Amino acid sequence: MKILGLDSSGLVASVALVEDDTLVAEYTTNYKKTHSQTLLPMMDEIRKMLELDLTTIDAIAVAAGPGSFTGLRIGSATAKGLGLALDRPIVPVPTVDALAYQLWGTDCYVCPMMDARRNQVYTGIYRFADDGLETVLPQCAIGIDEAINAVNEKDHKVIFTGDGVPVFTEYIQQNCCVPYVFAPAHRNRQSAASVAVLGMQYYKEGRYVSAAEHAPEYLRVSQAERERMERENAERNSGTQN
Amino acid sequence: MDEKEIKILAIESSCDETAAAVVVNGRDVRSNVISTQIPLHTLYGGVVPEIASRKHTERINQVITEALKEADTTLDDLDAIAVTYGPGLVGALLVGVAEAKAIAFAKDLPLIGVHHIEGHISANYIENKDLKPPFLCLVVSGGHTHLVKVADYGVYEILGRTRDDAAGEAFDKVARAIGLGYPGGPKIEQKAKEGNPQAIAFPRPKMADDPYDFSFSGLKSAVLNYINGAKMKGESYNEADIAASFQKAVIDSLVDHAMRAIDEFGMDTFAIAGGVASNGTLRSAMEDACRKKGVKFYHPSPILCTDNAAMIGAAAYYEFLQGKRDGWDLNAVPNLKLGER
Repeated sequence: MKILGLDSSGLVASVALVEDDTLVAEYTTNYKKTHSQTLLPMMDEIRKMLELDLTTIDAIAVAAGPGSFTGLRIGSATAKGLGLALDRPIVPVPTVDALAYQLWGTDCYVCPMMDARRNQVYTGIYRFADDGLETVLPQCAIGIDEAINAVNEKDHKVIFTGDGVPVFTEYIQQNCCVPYVFAPAHRNRQSAASVAVLGMQYYKEGRYVSAAEHAPEYLRVSQAERERMERENAERNSGTQN
Repeated sequence: MDEKEIKILAIESSCDETAAAVVVNGRDVRSNVISTQIPLHTLYGGVVPEIASRKHTERINQVITEALKEADTTLDDLDAIAVTYGPGLVGALLVGVAEAKAIAFAKDLPLIGVHHIEGHISANYIENKDLKPPFLCLVVSGGHTHLVKVADYGVYEILGRTRDDAAGEAFDKVARAIGLGYPGGPKIEQKAKEGNPQAIAFPRPKMADDPYDFSFSGLKSAVLNYINGAKMKGESYNEADIAASFQKAVIDSLVDHAMRAIDEFGMDTFAIAGGVASNGTLRSAMEDACRKKGVKFYHPSPILCTDNAAMIGAAAYYEFLQGKRDGWDLNAVPNLKLGER
Protein backbone atom coordinates (compact mmCIF):
# COMPACT_ATOMS: atom_id res chain seq x y z
CA MET A 1 0.00 0.00 0.00
CA LYS A 2 1.29 3.44 -1.03
CA ILE A 3 0.28 6.63 0.74
CA LEU A 4 1.34 10.10 -0.42
CA GLY A 5 1.56 12.52 2.51
CA LEU A 6 1.39 16.33 2.41
CA ASP A 7 1.78 18.95 5.11
CA SER A 8 1.64 22.68 4.45
CA SER A 9 -0.13 23.68 7.66
CA GLY A 10 2.69 25.89 8.94
CA LEU A 11 5.91 27.40 7.61
CA VAL A 12 7.19 23.93 6.73
CA ALA A 13 6.34 22.40 3.37
CA SER A 14 6.64 18.64 3.39
CA VAL A 15 5.88 15.81 0.96
CA ALA A 16 6.45 12.09 1.62
CA LEU A 17 5.74 8.70 0.12
CA VAL A 18 5.28 5.71 2.42
CA GLU A 19 4.97 2.18 1.06
CA ASP A 20 3.77 -0.35 3.68
CA ASP A 21 6.35 -0.07 6.48
CA THR A 22 8.94 1.84 4.46
CA LEU A 23 9.43 5.57 4.08
CA VAL A 24 10.41 5.75 0.40
CA ALA A 25 10.89 9.51 0.17
CA GLU A 26 10.46 12.62 2.24
CA TYR A 27 11.19 16.18 1.17
CA THR A 28 10.82 18.88 3.81
CA THR A 29 11.71 22.56 3.60
CA ASN A 30 11.35 25.37 6.08
CA TYR A 31 11.96 28.41 3.92
CA LYS A 32 10.32 31.77 3.23
CA LYS A 33 8.91 30.78 -0.20
CA THR A 34 5.13 30.25 -0.31
CA HIS A 35 3.74 26.72 -0.36
CA SER A 36 2.33 27.52 -3.77
CA GLN A 37 5.93 27.77 -5.01
CA THR A 38 7.35 24.82 -3.08
CA LEU A 39 4.86 22.00 -2.52
CA LEU A 40 4.29 20.78 -6.07
CA PRO A 41 7.88 21.31 -7.30
CA MET A 42 8.99 19.18 -4.33
CA MET A 43 6.45 16.50 -5.22
CA ASP A 44 7.69 16.61 -8.82
CA GLU A 45 11.25 16.09 -7.57
CA ILE A 46 10.13 13.00 -5.66
CA ARG A 47 8.21 11.70 -8.66
CA LYS A 48 11.25 12.06 -10.91
CA MET A 49 13.71 10.65 -8.37
CA LEU A 50 11.58 7.58 -7.69
CA GLU A 51 10.35 7.24 -11.29
CA LEU A 52 7.01 7.14 -9.56
CA ASP A 53 3.83 6.24 -11.39
CA LEU A 54 1.25 8.33 -9.51
CA THR A 55 -1.53 5.89 -10.36
CA THR A 56 0.06 3.33 -8.01
CA ILE A 57 -0.77 5.52 -5.00
CA ASP A 58 -3.69 4.21 -2.90
CA ALA A 59 -4.63 7.38 -1.06
CA ILE A 60 -3.48 10.92 -0.34
CA ALA A 61 -3.01 11.85 3.32
CA VAL A 62 -3.02 15.54 4.11
CA ALA A 63 -2.46 17.54 7.28
CA ALA A 64 -6.04 18.75 7.41
CA GLY A 65 -5.82 21.38 10.10
CA PRO A 66 -5.51 23.28 12.23
CA GLY A 67 -2.85 25.63 10.88
CA SER A 68 -2.36 28.66 8.68
CA PHE A 69 -5.67 29.05 6.79
CA THR A 70 -3.95 29.69 3.48
CA GLY A 71 -1.37 26.94 4.05
CA LEU A 72 -4.10 24.42 4.83
CA ARG A 73 -6.00 25.36 1.68
CA ILE A 74 -2.93 24.97 -0.54
CA GLY A 75 -2.40 21.48 0.92
CA SER A 76 -6.07 20.54 0.70
CA ALA A 77 -6.61 21.91 -2.82
CA THR A 78 -3.46 20.10 -3.97
CA ALA A 79 -4.71 16.86 -2.39
CA LYS A 80 -8.18 17.40 -3.87
CA GLY A 81 -6.76 18.00 -7.35
CA LEU A 82 -4.62 14.85 -7.10
CA GLY A 83 -7.56 12.89 -5.72
CA LEU A 84 -9.82 14.07 -8.53
CA ALA A 85 -7.28 13.34 -11.26
CA LEU A 86 -6.18 9.96 -9.87
CA ASP A 87 -9.60 8.96 -8.52
CA ARG A 88 -8.19 8.30 -5.06
CA PRO A 89 -9.60 9.15 -1.61
CA ILE A 90 -8.17 11.65 0.85
CA VAL A 91 -7.21 10.77 4.40
CA PRO A 92 -7.52 13.93 6.51
CA VAL A 93 -4.96 13.72 9.31
CA PRO A 94 -5.36 16.15 12.22
CA THR A 95 -2.24 18.37 12.13
CA VAL A 96 -1.60 18.19 15.87
CA ASP A 97 -1.94 14.38 15.89
CA ALA A 98 0.72 14.13 13.18
CA LEU A 99 3.07 16.41 15.14
CA ALA A 100 2.66 14.21 18.22
CA TYR A 101 3.11 11.00 16.23
CA GLN A 102 6.71 11.95 15.40
CA LEU A 103 7.62 11.16 19.02
CA TRP A 104 6.28 7.62 18.71
CA GLY A 105 7.13 5.29 21.60
CA THR A 106 8.02 7.87 24.22
CA ASP A 107 6.94 7.29 27.83
CA CYS A 108 6.32 11.01 28.17
CA TYR A 109 3.12 12.84 27.32
CA VAL A 110 3.45 14.84 24.11
CA CYS A 111 2.09 18.38 23.81
CA PRO A 112 2.44 19.87 20.32
CA MET A 113 1.91 23.62 20.12
CA MET A 114 1.34 25.65 17.00
CA ASP A 115 1.28 29.42 17.26
CA ALA A 116 -2.35 30.45 16.64
CA ARG A 117 -1.80 34.21 17.24
CA ARG A 118 -3.87 36.24 19.71
CA ASN A 119 -1.95 34.48 22.52
CA GLN A 120 -3.50 31.16 21.58
CA VAL A 121 -2.09 27.83 20.49
CA TYR A 122 -3.39 24.94 18.45
CA THR A 123 -2.55 22.14 20.81
CA GLY A 124 -3.51 18.76 22.25
CA ILE A 125 -2.09 16.17 24.66
CA TYR A 126 -1.08 12.66 23.63
CA ARG A 127 0.62 9.55 24.94
CA PHE A 128 1.70 6.24 23.44
CA ALA A 129 -0.08 3.09 24.58
CA ASP A 130 0.39 -0.49 23.36
CA ASP A 131 -1.74 0.09 20.29
CA GLY A 132 -0.20 3.40 19.31
CA LEU A 133 -1.12 7.05 19.65
CA GLU A 134 -3.68 7.80 22.34
CA THR A 135 -5.38 11.16 22.50
CA VAL A 136 -5.61 12.61 26.00
CA LEU A 137 -6.76 16.09 24.98
CA PRO A 138 -8.01 16.29 21.36
CA GLN A 139 -6.58 19.07 19.20
CA CYS A 140 -8.09 22.47 19.96
CA ALA A 141 -7.45 26.23 19.84
CA ILE A 142 -6.98 27.52 23.40
CA GLY A 143 -5.05 30.16 25.32
CA ILE A 144 -1.45 29.33 26.25
CA ASP A 145 -2.50 29.57 29.93
CA GLU A 146 -5.21 26.93 29.45
CA ALA A 147 -2.80 24.70 27.57
CA ILE A 148 -0.19 24.79 30.32
CA ASN A 149 -2.87 24.25 33.00
CA ALA A 150 -3.98 21.13 31.12
CA VAL A 151 -0.39 19.85 30.99
CA ASN A 152 0.14 20.58 34.71
CA GLU A 153 -3.02 18.63 35.61
CA LYS A 154 -1.57 15.48 34.02
CA ASP A 155 1.26 15.48 36.57
CA HIS A 156 3.53 13.57 34.18
CA LYS A 157 6.70 14.41 32.23
CA VAL A 158 5.91 16.08 28.89
CA ILE A 159 7.64 16.79 25.58
CA PHE A 160 6.70 20.09 23.94
CA THR A 161 7.01 20.31 20.16
CA GLY A 162 5.90 22.54 17.29
CA ASP A 163 6.38 26.14 16.10
CA GLY A 164 4.53 27.47 19.16
CA VAL A 165 7.42 26.42 21.42
CA PRO A 166 9.84 29.24 20.48
CA VAL A 167 6.96 31.74 20.73
CA PHE A 168 5.96 30.64 24.26
CA THR A 169 9.28 29.32 25.69
CA GLU A 170 9.35 31.92 28.44
CA TYR A 171 5.74 31.29 29.43
CA ILE A 172 6.38 27.53 29.56
CA GLN A 173 9.52 28.02 31.66
CA GLN A 174 7.66 30.20 34.14
CA ASN A 175 4.42 28.23 34.37
CA CYS A 176 4.99 24.57 33.60
CA CYS A 177 5.08 22.64 36.92
CA VAL A 178 5.77 19.16 35.52
CA PRO A 179 9.16 17.99 34.16
CA TYR A 180 9.42 18.88 30.48
CA VAL A 181 11.76 18.85 27.49
CA PHE A 182 11.59 20.46 24.06
CA ALA A 183 11.72 18.17 21.02
CA PRO A 184 14.95 18.46 18.94
CA ALA A 185 15.21 19.99 15.46
CA HIS A 186 14.53 16.80 13.49
CA ARG A 187 11.28 16.20 15.39
CA ASN A 188 9.86 19.62 16.26
CA ARG A 189 8.10 20.69 13.05
CA GLN A 190 5.56 19.22 10.64
CA SER A 191 6.61 16.13 8.73
CA ALA A 192 4.70 14.60 5.82
CA ALA A 193 6.17 11.19 6.70
CA SER A 194 4.32 11.31 10.01
CA VAL A 195 1.15 12.38 8.16
CA ALA A 196 1.54 9.52 5.68
CA VAL A 197 2.21 6.82 8.29
CA LEU A 198 -0.68 7.95 10.47
CA GLY A 199 -2.72 8.35 7.28
CA MET A 200 -2.07 4.74 6.29
CA GLN A 201 -3.36 3.62 9.68
CA TYR A 202 -6.50 5.77 9.35
CA TYR A 203 -7.00 4.56 5.78
CA LYS A 204 -7.00 0.94 6.94
CA GLU A 205 -9.54 1.90 9.61
CA GLY A 206 -11.76 3.38 6.91
CA ARG A 207 -11.23 6.97 8.07
CA TYR A 208 -11.05 8.56 4.61
CA VAL A 209 -13.30 10.73 2.43
CA SER A 210 -13.71 11.36 -1.28
CA ALA A 211 -11.60 14.14 -2.76
CA ALA A 212 -14.77 16.13 -3.42
CA GLU A 213 -15.91 15.94 0.21
CA HIS A 214 -12.62 16.92 1.80
CA ALA A 215 -12.17 20.38 3.34
CA PRO A 216 -9.73 21.52 6.03
CA GLU A 217 -10.68 21.63 9.72
CA TYR A 218 -9.70 25.18 10.70
CA LEU A 219 -10.84 24.96 14.34
CA ARG A 220 -11.76 28.62 13.99
CA VAL A 221 -14.40 30.56 12.12
CA SER A 222 -13.31 33.54 10.03
CA GLN A 223 -12.91 36.92 11.67
CA ALA A 224 -15.96 38.27 9.84
CA GLU A 225 -18.13 35.41 11.10
CA ARG A 226 -16.80 35.79 14.64
CA GLU A 227 -17.57 39.52 14.64
CA ARG A 228 -21.03 38.93 13.22
CA MET A 229 -21.82 36.34 15.91
CA GLU A 230 -20.53 38.69 18.63
CA ARG A 231 -22.67 41.49 17.23
CA GLU A 232 -25.74 39.27 17.08
CA ASN A 233 -25.16 38.03 20.61
CA ALA A 234 -24.78 41.60 21.88
CA GLU A 235 -28.00 42.58 20.12
CA ARG A 236 -29.80 39.57 21.57
CA ASN A 237 -28.58 40.37 25.09
CA SER A 238 -29.53 44.04 24.89
CA GLY A 239 -32.91 42.87 23.54
CA THR A 240 -33.62 40.71 26.58
CA GLN A 241 -32.75 43.58 28.95
CA ASN A 242 -35.23 45.95 27.36
CA MET B 1 -8.48 24.52 -42.94
CA ASP B 2 -8.51 21.42 -40.81
CA GLU B 3 -7.00 22.24 -37.45
CA LYS B 4 -6.51 19.94 -34.49
CA GLU B 5 -9.07 20.32 -31.75
CA ILE B 6 -7.58 21.86 -28.62
CA LYS B 7 -9.69 21.08 -25.56
CA ILE B 8 -8.98 23.03 -22.38
CA LEU B 9 -10.36 22.68 -18.85
CA ALA B 10 -10.39 26.13 -17.27
CA ILE B 11 -10.75 27.00 -13.58
CA GLU B 12 -11.61 30.39 -12.07
CA SER B 13 -11.74 31.27 -8.36
CA SER B 14 -10.49 34.85 -8.12
CA CYS B 15 -13.39 36.29 -6.16
CA ASP B 16 -16.77 34.90 -5.11
CA GLU B 17 -17.62 32.48 -7.93
CA THR B 18 -16.17 28.97 -8.11
CA ALA B 19 -16.18 28.14 -11.82
CA ALA B 20 -14.97 25.52 -14.28
CA ALA B 21 -15.49 25.16 -18.01
CA VAL B 22 -14.46 23.05 -20.96
CA VAL B 23 -13.67 25.09 -24.08
CA VAL B 24 -12.62 23.79 -27.50
CA ASN B 25 -10.44 25.96 -29.74
CA GLY B 26 -11.10 29.03 -27.62
CA ARG B 27 -14.60 29.72 -28.89
CA ASP B 28 -16.63 26.56 -28.55
CA VAL B 29 -17.89 26.32 -24.95
CA ARG B 30 -18.79 22.74 -24.09
CA SER B 31 -19.67 23.54 -20.47
CA ASN B 32 -19.61 26.57 -18.20
CA VAL B 33 -20.36 25.78 -14.56
CA ILE B 34 -20.54 28.58 -12.00
CA SER B 35 -21.17 28.09 -8.30
CA THR B 36 -21.87 31.51 -6.84
CA GLN B 37 -21.34 32.51 -3.22
CA ILE B 38 -23.25 35.79 -3.46
CA PRO B 39 -26.03 34.84 -0.98
CA LEU B 40 -23.36 33.99 1.60
CA HIS B 41 -21.56 37.32 1.28
CA THR B 42 -24.80 39.32 1.24
CA LEU B 43 -24.90 38.85 5.04
CA TYR B 44 -21.73 40.96 5.27
CA GLY B 45 -22.56 43.57 2.62
CA GLY B 46 -19.64 42.49 0.44
CA VAL B 47 -17.19 39.70 -0.29
CA VAL B 48 -15.38 38.34 2.78
CA PRO B 49 -12.05 36.94 1.47
CA GLU B 50 -11.63 34.20 4.11
CA ILE B 51 -15.18 32.92 3.65
CA ALA B 52 -14.76 33.02 -0.15
CA SER B 53 -11.54 30.97 0.08
CA ARG B 54 -13.18 28.38 2.33
CA LYS B 55 -16.17 27.98 0.05
CA HIS B 56 -13.95 27.60 -3.04
CA THR B 57 -12.16 24.72 -1.31
CA GLU B 58 -15.45 23.01 -0.46
CA ARG B 59 -17.01 23.40 -3.91
CA ILE B 60 -14.16 23.18 -6.42
CA ASN B 61 -14.11 19.43 -7.09
CA GLN B 62 -17.88 19.23 -7.62
CA VAL B 63 -17.75 22.20 -10.00
CA ILE B 64 -14.93 20.66 -12.06
CA THR B 65 -16.61 17.24 -12.16
CA GLU B 66 -19.85 18.84 -13.31
CA ALA B 67 -18.05 20.81 -16.03
CA LEU B 68 -16.39 17.63 -17.36
CA LYS B 69 -19.67 15.73 -17.25
CA GLU B 70 -21.66 18.45 -19.00
CA ALA B 71 -19.02 18.59 -21.71
CA ASP B 72 -19.25 14.81 -22.00
CA THR B 73 -15.49 14.52 -21.58
CA THR B 74 -12.83 13.27 -19.16
CA LEU B 75 -9.46 14.55 -18.00
CA ASP B 76 -7.86 12.06 -20.41
CA ASP B 77 -9.31 13.90 -23.42
CA LEU B 78 -7.85 17.29 -22.50
CA ASP B 79 -4.94 19.18 -24.06
CA ALA B 80 -4.30 21.61 -21.20
CA ILE B 81 -5.46 22.94 -17.83
CA ALA B 82 -5.93 26.69 -17.49
CA VAL B 83 -6.41 28.71 -14.33
CA THR B 84 -6.83 32.33 -13.29
CA TYR B 85 -3.72 33.30 -11.30
CA GLY B 86 -4.46 37.03 -10.86
CA PRO B 87 -5.56 39.64 -10.21
CA GLY B 88 -8.03 38.91 -7.41
CA LEU B 89 -8.23 37.85 -3.77
CA VAL B 90 -5.02 35.99 -3.03
CA GLY B 91 -6.57 33.31 -0.79
CA ALA B 92 -9.33 32.67 -3.31
CA LEU B 93 -6.93 32.54 -6.28
CA LEU B 94 -4.66 30.08 -4.47
CA VAL B 95 -7.41 27.45 -4.24
CA GLY B 96 -7.92 27.36 -8.01
CA VAL B 97 -4.18 27.56 -8.69
CA ALA B 98 -3.30 24.66 -6.32
CA GLU B 99 -6.16 22.55 -7.66
CA ALA B 100 -5.31 23.20 -11.32
CA LYS B 101 -1.62 22.52 -10.78
CA ALA B 102 -2.33 19.21 -9.01
CA ILE B 103 -4.65 18.03 -11.81
CA ALA B 104 -2.19 19.02 -14.53
CA PHE B 105 0.64 17.38 -12.57
CA ALA B 106 -1.25 14.11 -12.03
CA LYS B 107 -2.41 13.97 -15.67
CA ASP B 108 0.85 15.21 -17.17
CA LEU B 109 -0.93 18.08 -18.94
CA PRO B 110 0.38 21.54 -19.83
CA LEU B 111 -0.58 24.25 -17.32
CA ILE B 112 -1.53 27.75 -18.43
CA GLY B 113 -1.95 30.62 -15.96
CA VAL B 114 -4.43 33.20 -17.25
CA HIS B 115 -4.91 36.87 -16.39
CA HIS B 116 -8.46 37.46 -15.12
CA ILE B 117 -8.98 40.63 -17.19
CA GLU B 118 -7.64 38.90 -20.29
CA GLY B 119 -10.36 36.35 -19.59
CA HIS B 120 -13.07 39.03 -19.45
CA ILE B 121 -11.87 40.52 -22.74
CA SER B 122 -11.75 37.06 -24.36
CA ALA B 123 -15.35 36.36 -23.27
CA ASN B 124 -16.26 38.38 -26.37
CA TYR B 125 -14.69 35.76 -28.67
CA ILE B 126 -17.09 33.06 -27.53
CA GLU B 127 -20.33 34.36 -29.05
CA ASN B 128 -18.79 36.53 -31.74
CA LYS B 129 -16.95 34.15 -34.02
CA ASP B 130 -16.02 37.04 -36.36
CA LEU B 131 -14.37 39.17 -33.66
CA LYS B 132 -10.59 39.38 -34.04
CA PRO B 133 -8.00 41.86 -32.80
CA PRO B 134 -7.32 44.69 -33.16
CA PHE B 135 -10.21 46.21 -31.21
CA LEU B 136 -10.83 48.50 -28.28
CA CYS B 137 -12.26 46.96 -25.11
CA LEU B 138 -13.74 48.50 -21.99
CA VAL B 139 -13.54 46.16 -18.99
CA VAL B 140 -15.90 47.20 -16.19
CA SER B 141 -16.50 45.11 -13.10
CA GLY B 142 -16.60 45.23 -9.31
CA GLY B 143 -12.83 45.22 -9.13
CA HIS B 144 -11.69 46.69 -12.44
CA THR B 145 -12.23 49.56 -14.86
CA HIS B 146 -9.82 49.36 -17.78
CA LEU B 147 -9.87 50.82 -21.27
CA VAL B 148 -7.68 48.47 -23.29
CA LYS B 149 -6.45 48.39 -26.86
CA VAL B 150 -6.26 44.73 -27.89
CA ALA B 151 -3.52 44.90 -30.52
CA ASP B 152 -3.39 41.13 -31.06
CA TYR B 153 -4.23 37.95 -29.15
CA GLY B 154 -2.45 38.32 -25.82
CA VAL B 155 -1.09 41.78 -26.72
CA TYR B 156 -2.66 44.59 -24.71
CA GLU B 157 -2.13 48.29 -24.36
CA ILE B 158 -3.86 49.83 -21.36
CA LEU B 159 -5.08 53.30 -22.36
CA GLY B 160 -6.85 54.16 -19.12
CA ARG B 161 -7.79 52.76 -15.76
CA THR B 162 -9.60 53.93 -12.66
CA ARG B 163 -7.64 56.07 -10.23
CA ASP B 164 -9.78 55.01 -7.27
CA ASP B 165 -13.01 52.98 -7.16
CA ALA B 166 -13.89 50.54 -9.92
CA ALA B 167 -17.22 51.30 -11.62
CA GLY B 168 -18.86 48.22 -10.08
CA GLU B 169 -17.53 49.17 -6.67
CA ALA B 170 -19.24 52.57 -6.97
CA PHE B 171 -22.49 50.77 -7.83
CA ASP B 172 -22.12 48.62 -4.69
CA LYS B 173 -21.40 51.59 -2.43
CA VAL B 174 -24.26 53.71 -3.75
CA ALA B 175 -26.64 50.73 -3.54
CA ARG B 176 -25.70 50.30 0.11
CA ALA B 177 -26.23 54.03 0.78
CA ILE B 178 -29.78 53.99 -0.59
CA GLY B 179 -30.57 50.72 1.14
CA LEU B 180 -30.68 48.40 -1.89
CA GLY B 181 -28.08 45.94 -0.62
CA TYR B 182 -25.46 43.76 -2.31
CA PRO B 183 -24.65 43.20 -5.14
CA GLY B 184 -25.29 46.78 -6.18
CA GLY B 185 -25.10 46.59 -9.98
CA PRO B 186 -28.33 44.74 -10.81
CA LYS B 187 -30.18 46.42 -7.93
CA ILE B 188 -29.30 49.96 -9.06
CA GLU B 189 -30.18 49.11 -12.66
CA GLN B 190 -33.59 47.81 -11.57
CA LYS B 191 -34.32 50.79 -9.32
CA ALA B 192 -33.14 53.25 -11.98
CA LYS B 193 -35.92 52.09 -14.32
CA GLU B 194 -38.44 53.82 -12.04
CA GLY B 195 -36.42 57.05 -11.80
CA ASN B 196 -35.48 60.11 -13.85
CA PRO B 197 -31.83 60.10 -14.98
CA GLN B 198 -31.92 63.92 -15.41
CA ALA B 199 -33.32 64.57 -11.90
CA ILE B 200 -30.01 65.22 -10.14
CA ALA B 201 -26.90 66.67 -11.77
CA PHE B 202 -24.12 64.46 -10.40
CA PRO B 203 -20.57 65.26 -11.61
CA ARG B 204 -18.85 63.52 -14.56
CA PRO B 205 -15.26 63.39 -13.33
CA LYS B 206 -12.43 63.94 -15.80
CA MET B 207 -8.70 63.52 -15.21
CA ALA B 208 -6.91 66.60 -16.51
CA ASP B 209 -3.53 64.85 -16.88
CA ASP B 210 -4.75 61.64 -18.49
CA PRO B 211 -7.77 61.77 -20.77
CA TYR B 212 -8.48 58.02 -20.53
CA ASP B 213 -8.25 57.45 -16.78
CA PHE B 214 -11.44 57.14 -14.76
CA SER B 215 -12.42 58.27 -11.26
CA PHE B 216 -15.60 57.23 -9.51
CA SER B 217 -14.98 58.04 -5.87
CA GLY B 218 -15.85 61.74 -6.38
CA LEU B 219 -19.14 60.74 -7.96
CA LYS B 220 -19.84 58.28 -5.16
CA SER B 221 -19.12 61.03 -2.57
CA ALA B 222 -21.44 63.42 -4.42
CA VAL B 223 -24.25 60.85 -4.12
CA LEU B 224 -23.54 60.28 -0.41
CA ASN B 225 -23.41 64.07 0.20
CA TYR B 226 -26.70 64.51 -1.60
CA ILE B 227 -28.34 61.88 0.63
CA ASN B 228 -26.80 63.26 3.84
CA GLY B 229 -27.77 66.82 2.84
CA ALA B 230 -31.38 65.77 2.35
CA LYS B 231 -31.39 63.88 5.65
CA MET B 232 -29.98 66.86 7.55
CA LYS B 233 -32.60 69.18 6.13
CA GLY B 234 -35.23 66.60 7.03
CA GLU B 235 -36.16 66.35 3.33
CA SER B 236 -37.17 63.13 1.68
CA TYR B 237 -35.26 61.96 -1.39
CA ASN B 238 -36.27 59.80 -4.30
CA GLU B 239 -34.15 56.64 -4.36
CA ALA B 240 -35.12 55.81 -7.92
CA ASP B 241 -34.04 59.27 -9.12
CA ILE B 242 -30.73 58.90 -7.29
CA ALA B 243 -30.17 55.46 -8.82
CA ALA B 244 -31.06 56.66 -12.31
CA SER B 245 -29.01 59.87 -12.12
CA PHE B 246 -25.99 58.09 -10.62
CA GLN B 247 -26.12 55.34 -13.24
CA LYS B 248 -26.40 57.96 -15.99
CA ALA B 249 -23.31 59.76 -14.67
CA VAL B 250 -21.28 56.52 -14.67
CA ILE B 251 -22.45 55.54 -18.15
CA ASP B 252 -21.79 59.04 -19.57
CA SER B 253 -18.25 58.86 -18.26
CA LEU B 254 -17.65 55.36 -19.69
CA VAL B 255 -19.17 56.20 -23.09
CA ASP B 256 -17.31 59.49 -23.34
CA HIS B 257 -13.91 57.86 -22.63
CA ALA B 258 -14.55 54.99 -25.03
CA MET B 259 -15.69 57.18 -27.91
CA ARG B 260 -12.75 59.56 -27.58
CA ALA B 261 -10.35 56.59 -27.67
CA ILE B 262 -12.11 55.18 -30.73
CA ASP B 263 -11.61 58.52 -32.50
CA GLU B 264 -8.02 59.06 -31.44
CA PHE B 265 -6.82 55.53 -32.22
CA GLY B 266 -9.00 55.11 -35.30
CA MET B 267 -10.58 51.88 -34.08
CA ASP B 268 -13.47 50.39 -36.02
CA THR B 269 -14.39 47.70 -33.47
CA PHE B 270 -15.34 48.09 -29.83
CA ALA B 271 -16.27 45.58 -27.13
CA ILE B 272 -17.28 45.73 -23.47
CA ALA B 273 -16.60 43.09 -20.83
CA GLY B 274 -16.83 42.41 -17.10
CA GLY B 275 -19.72 42.22 -14.65
CA VAL B 276 -20.95 45.78 -15.28
CA ALA B 277 -21.13 45.00 -19.02
CA SER B 278 -24.30 43.06 -18.27
CA ASN B 279 -25.98 46.38 -17.38
CA GLY B 280 -28.59 46.78 -20.14
CA THR B 281 -28.63 50.58 -19.94
CA LEU B 282 -24.85 50.71 -20.41
CA ARG B 283 -25.05 48.28 -23.32
CA SER B 284 -27.68 50.27 -25.20
CA ALA B 285 -25.85 53.56 -24.57
CA MET B 286 -22.65 52.05 -26.02
CA GLU B 287 -24.55 50.50 -28.89
CA ASP B 288 -26.12 53.87 -29.82
CA ALA B 289 -22.81 55.71 -29.57
CA CYS B 290 -21.06 53.09 -31.73
CA ARG B 291 -23.83 53.08 -34.33
CA LYS B 292 -23.47 56.87 -34.74
CA LYS B 293 -19.77 56.40 -35.49
CA GLY B 294 -20.23 53.34 -37.68
CA VAL B 295 -18.17 51.27 -35.24
CA LYS B 296 -18.92 47.56 -34.77
CA PHE B 297 -20.03 46.89 -31.20
CA TYR B 298 -19.68 43.61 -29.30
CA HIS B 299 -20.69 42.49 -25.85
CA PRO B 300 -20.94 39.09 -24.15
CA SER B 301 -24.21 37.67 -22.80
CA PRO B 302 -24.72 38.36 -19.09
CA ILE B 303 -23.61 34.83 -18.13
CA LEU B 304 -20.23 35.49 -19.80
CA CYS B 305 -19.94 38.98 -18.27
CA THR B 306 -19.95 37.67 -14.72
CA ASP B 307 -16.85 35.84 -13.45
CA ASN B 308 -16.78 32.50 -15.26
CA ALA B 309 -14.28 29.93 -16.45
CA ALA B 310 -15.34 29.76 -20.12
CA MET B 311 -13.68 33.14 -20.66
CA ILE B 312 -10.50 31.80 -19.03
CA GLY B 313 -10.60 28.85 -21.42
CA ALA B 314 -11.01 31.24 -24.36
CA ALA B 315 -8.01 33.33 -23.32
CA ALA B 316 -5.96 30.21 -22.53
CA TYR B 317 -6.43 28.83 -26.05
CA TYR B 318 -4.58 31.77 -27.62
CA GLU B 319 -1.88 31.54 -24.93
CA PHE B 320 -1.62 27.82 -25.71
CA LEU B 321 -1.13 28.52 -29.43
CA GLN B 322 1.62 31.01 -28.57
CA GLY B 323 3.37 28.33 -26.52
CA LYS B 324 2.80 29.74 -23.05
CA ARG B 325 3.33 27.06 -20.39
CA ASP B 326 3.59 27.53 -16.64
CA GLY B 327 5.64 25.53 -14.13
CA TRP B 328 4.60 23.72 -10.96
CA ASP B 329 5.70 26.79 -9.01
CA LEU B 330 2.94 28.95 -10.54
CA ASN B 331 1.76 31.28 -7.78
CA ALA B 332 -1.28 33.48 -7.29
CA VAL B 333 -0.49 37.14 -8.07
CA PRO B 334 -3.22 39.29 -6.48
CA ASN B 335 -2.18 42.53 -8.22
CA LEU B 336 -1.08 41.06 -11.55
CA LYS B 337 -0.90 43.69 -14.32
CA LEU B 338 -2.39 43.06 -17.73
CA GLY B 339 0.24 42.04 -20.27
CA GLU B 340 2.71 40.98 -17.56
CA ARG B 341 4.16 37.51 -17.48
